[in-house]
Amino acid sequence: MKFGVVQFPGSCDDHDALGACERVGEAVLLWHADPELHGVDAVVIPGGFSYGDYLRVGAIARFAPVMESVIEFARGGGLVLGICNGFQVLCEAGLLPGALLPNTSLRFVCRQVRLGVVDRESPFTHRCPEEISIPVKHTTGRYYSPEPVRVLLRYAHGENPNGSQDDIAGVTNAAGNVFGLMPHPEHAVDPLTGSTDGLRIFESMREYVDSHVLA
Amino acid sequence: MAGALRARVLIRPKAGILDPQGQAVERALPALGFRGVENVRIGRLVELDIEDPAQLEEMCERLLANPLIEDYEIESDVPVAT
Amino acid sequence: MSIVTSSLSRHRQLGLTDPEYELILDAMGREPNQVELAMLSLMWSEHCAYKHSRRLLRRLPTEGPCVLLGPGENAGAVDVGDGLAVAFKVESHNHPSAVEPFQGAATGVGGILRDVFAVGARPIAVLDSLRFGEAERSQRSRYLLERAVAGIGHYGNSIGVPTVGGEVYFEDSYEQNCLVNAMCLGLAPHGRLTRSAAAGPGNVVVLLGALTGRDGIGGASVLASAELGEGDEAKRPSVQIGDPFAEKKLMECCLELLDRDLLVSLQDLGAAGLTSSAAEMASKGGVGIDLDISRVPLREEGMEPFEIMVSESQERMLCVVSPERVGAVLEVCERWETLATPIGSVTASGHIRVLDAGIVVGDLPVEVLVDACPLYDLEPEVPASSAPAPEAIPEAPLRETLLMLLRSPNLASREPVFEQYDSIVQSRTVRRPASADAAVLALPDGSAIAVSIDGNGRRVACDPRGGAFEVVLECAANLACVGATPLGLTNCLNFGNPEKPHVAWQLVEAVAGLAEACEALGIPVVGGNVSLYNEAPGGPIFPTPVVGIVGKLPDASRAGRLGFLADGDAIALAGAFNPSHAGSELSKLHGRTPTAGPLPAVDVAAVREAHAAVREAVASGALHSAHDIAEGGLLVALAECCIAGEIGARIELPAGVDPFAEALGRAFVVSGPEHALEGFTVIGRVGGERLEVAGQLDLPVSELRDTHARGLAQLV
Repeated sequence: MKFGVVQFPGSCDDHDALGACERVGEAVLLWHADPELHGVDAVVIPGGFSYGDYLRVGAIARFAPVMESVIEFARGGGLVLGICNGFQVLCEAGLLPGALLPNTSLRFVCRQVRLGVVDRESPFTHRCPEEISIPVKHTTGRYYSPEPVRVLLRYAHGENPNGSQDDIAGVTNAAGNVFGLMPHPEHAVDPLTGSTDGLRIFESMREYVDSHVLA
Repeated sequence: MAGALRARVLIRPKAGILDPQGQAVERALPALGFRGVENVRIGRLVELDIEDPAQLEEMCERLLANPLIEDYEIESDVPVAT
Repeated sequence: MSIVTSSLSRHRQLGLTDPEYELILDAMGREPNQVELAMLSLMWSEHCAYKHSRRLLRRLPTEGPCVLLGPGENAGAVDVGDGLAVAFKVESHNHPSAVEPFQGAATGVGGILRDVFAVGARPIAVLDSLRFGEAERSQRSRYLLERAVAGIGHYGNSIGVPTVGGEVYFEDSYEQNCLVNAMCLGLAPHGRLTRSAAAGPGNVVVLLGALTGRDGIGGASVLASAELGEGDEAKRPSVQIGDPFAEKKLMECCLELLDRDLLVSLQDLGAAGLTSSAAEMASKGGVGIDLDISRVPLREEGMEPFEIMVSESQERMLCVVSPERVGAVLEVCERWETLATPIGSVTASGHIRVLDAGIVVGDLPVEVLVDACPLYDLEPEVPASSAPAPEAIPEAPLRETLLMLLRSPNLASREPVFEQYDSIVQSRTVRRPASADAAVLALPDGSAIAVSIDGNGRRVACDPRGGAFEVVLECAANLACVGATPLGLTNCLNFGNPEKPHVAWQLVEAVAGLAEACEALGIPVVGGNVSLYNEAPGGPIFPTPVVGIVGKLPDASRAGRLGFLADGDAIALAGAFNPSHAGSELSKLHGRTPTAGPLPAVDVAAVREAHAAVREAVASGALHSAHDIAEGGLLVALAECCIAGEIGARIELPAGVDPFAEALGRAFVVSGPEHALEGFTVIGRVGGERLEVAGQLDLPVSELRDTHARGLAQLV
């Protein structure tokens, strides 16, 4: 299974995401200016400050040449994971409903949080236990959606770091193949540096792709 | 550019969306001695010189603002000084 | 800004003394023109030339078996094994931060990052040491604290380098002169470590990065021609604005250029911009450089040649490229959206020549710019001791005193600060802030680097030599707590006006103390920075040396932690502990100003032994926790271990030890199974939910934690 990790100017957690993907399969970087997806089975849009967060978080990144291909890939049912800035890009691109607003505290917050896995049947979460521990680190993570939305992850009681409505930490689209979350699963894959709960998300994606290829 | 107009786009958070920045400023003003201030909202200004102001609306919808969470207002009647 | 009319000659307005100007006239054989005077005034300033400190700094030991780059390069570097080097340095950005704390702190981080990737190392961590006035009482200091922290977070987080450690302290002494010292470490394969010496007459000088504007021109603006007069301050921003996105692209670009071996040398543009960058490169290489300022991409219209030469616009680097590689360099830069412009060439002339579209507008021998600046000997005078001996600290119940200390801004939890920093990006962070006494970063081969930054003002004010010695001990002790062996040290000396005899004395004594401690512990100094003239009408700041030490531990998975771990573990004291209240936090809370007098004497052999014993016990995996006893003394250290471990302890205080008296860097609280603590003095046991000291104290850990958590939270 081959993951593709998109790299924009200003992406910070691209190599971290690459490293996490390489623990469960093969992984390559997808340069923003290159519209080719190089036959990847799943796309990961990593965290960071793409294009300096200029204008609005994710606003410029969503027009990158690679994103046209990612949108087409998603419309065709391909798996797309958006982490933090990646989540913001997916909302701007219309692949996920809603938008991310500045944290209520107006501050950057870097903290380990507990999350409830609300839906454990999705391609991204079927290998996750009911509760997982993953770090967040962002200034613009307050999720907002005026329409109903399919929630995959919620901050555990008392742990909402940014004022998201309904404690939403991660959502998926109606078709279930695109997942955006503010917490960073790629920073929870190695017992040396933290919890390993994040690895379950990448494993879920790998198993989903493997089983659907063979089916 | 010949005949260009100077346009301003004012972008604000939509009513009903929590604006913690606006609230923080609203709280800070009385501490500095300013009374009688309410409804502080904080947004963005985009200024540009443009030949065809008819394009502004689409520019706002597609890039300059996020219509889900922001309202925008266009002003474009000032010719660029030559 | 008023137009120059003056009875006061130009050179004096630029900060040059009459004798200095005479030296320039002698060396050049003529009067310098406007461009040359601007360049000289900056290169001969204290900030660039270290006139008052260079001789003194020669006292510091700089040799060591692991040293790869010593003082004098953009950053020092040590070998960490497996073919890798760690480059690191600390620098101050005190004065800009007092003017505009967000941008001052942000550009401080930006500057130190550039120093590190200028030697070819990828920045992997930032730490910061901050000192402000009493934020509890001063609105201004609270504002500076909040904005400086936000600025550091903004720059570090955006560029994807984790901020893994630091310190914050509050003293009235810093009310008018805050201290913002930023440290950066970077990782490089040995082969990529780069020097800044320009070489090869005929090679091309290329300017990389942001456009050049009038940022930071400040004092040199008295030279401006008459067109820019009053009301034009907006055109000369005294505040530099940092752009971390631009620097991220610049950094990736430079590292790729070095990986592909496309550069002869690389230098960052910092204080005095193009002038110092070109002059230093030429000086180190024994060559000359011609620069054509008409080729420099500008952000502002109508900039004069002198302005272009001294601009401090951020996010720029200068490199030397052999002519056949220029095309390849420009290609890499274009991919990283980084502007690259050939602006000059290396020559054999030994001069810096400034041209404007081919016409020479300035011509100075490199030697005059870099080496001819006079160095001054300090004239220290031991201050007369006028203060009376301090009264003894009044007795109070342990509970009251402990909670008062834990709540105090100097000792309270720093979580409200470090939560604003991304401490985990790049996936190397094994110990996040507050989980251990030093930050620990994993290396690919399973070993790890440890790093801590520590300084002191109050204690150094009591006893400059002993206080500075102690600063090094404390920093090394922090490394011992995670099991790391120190490899190298960088230092930032923050002092008042060195032309005042008692400040000169403080500086001389402090440098002696630093040198002695480095010699005693075998830690070479690989670089550093000096910030002088931190004074207000009321007087100078406390003499404040800040040091950062980088070390190595063999097994990342055995990195030490500071919190108590397991019910039933024994708790012991390691090291010879002889504390007093000289310069203590408790004496400060009782309103005492630091009184001249010695800090507790150091038994060097005992300290070395204690550091080694703790380091080895941690690295072997035998101990469950290790924490050095620092400000607040033994009882505060024990409380910190309970809070971090979320578990209680039952303690018997050793006889004759004042529970809040201080002696930094020489004693530790360790815990683990009893057999692991042989050789240490057992003083208690881990367990339960309360911190108990027989008959004198019984506090729930939850109360300790809540009090500790509150102290800074209301200030940030």
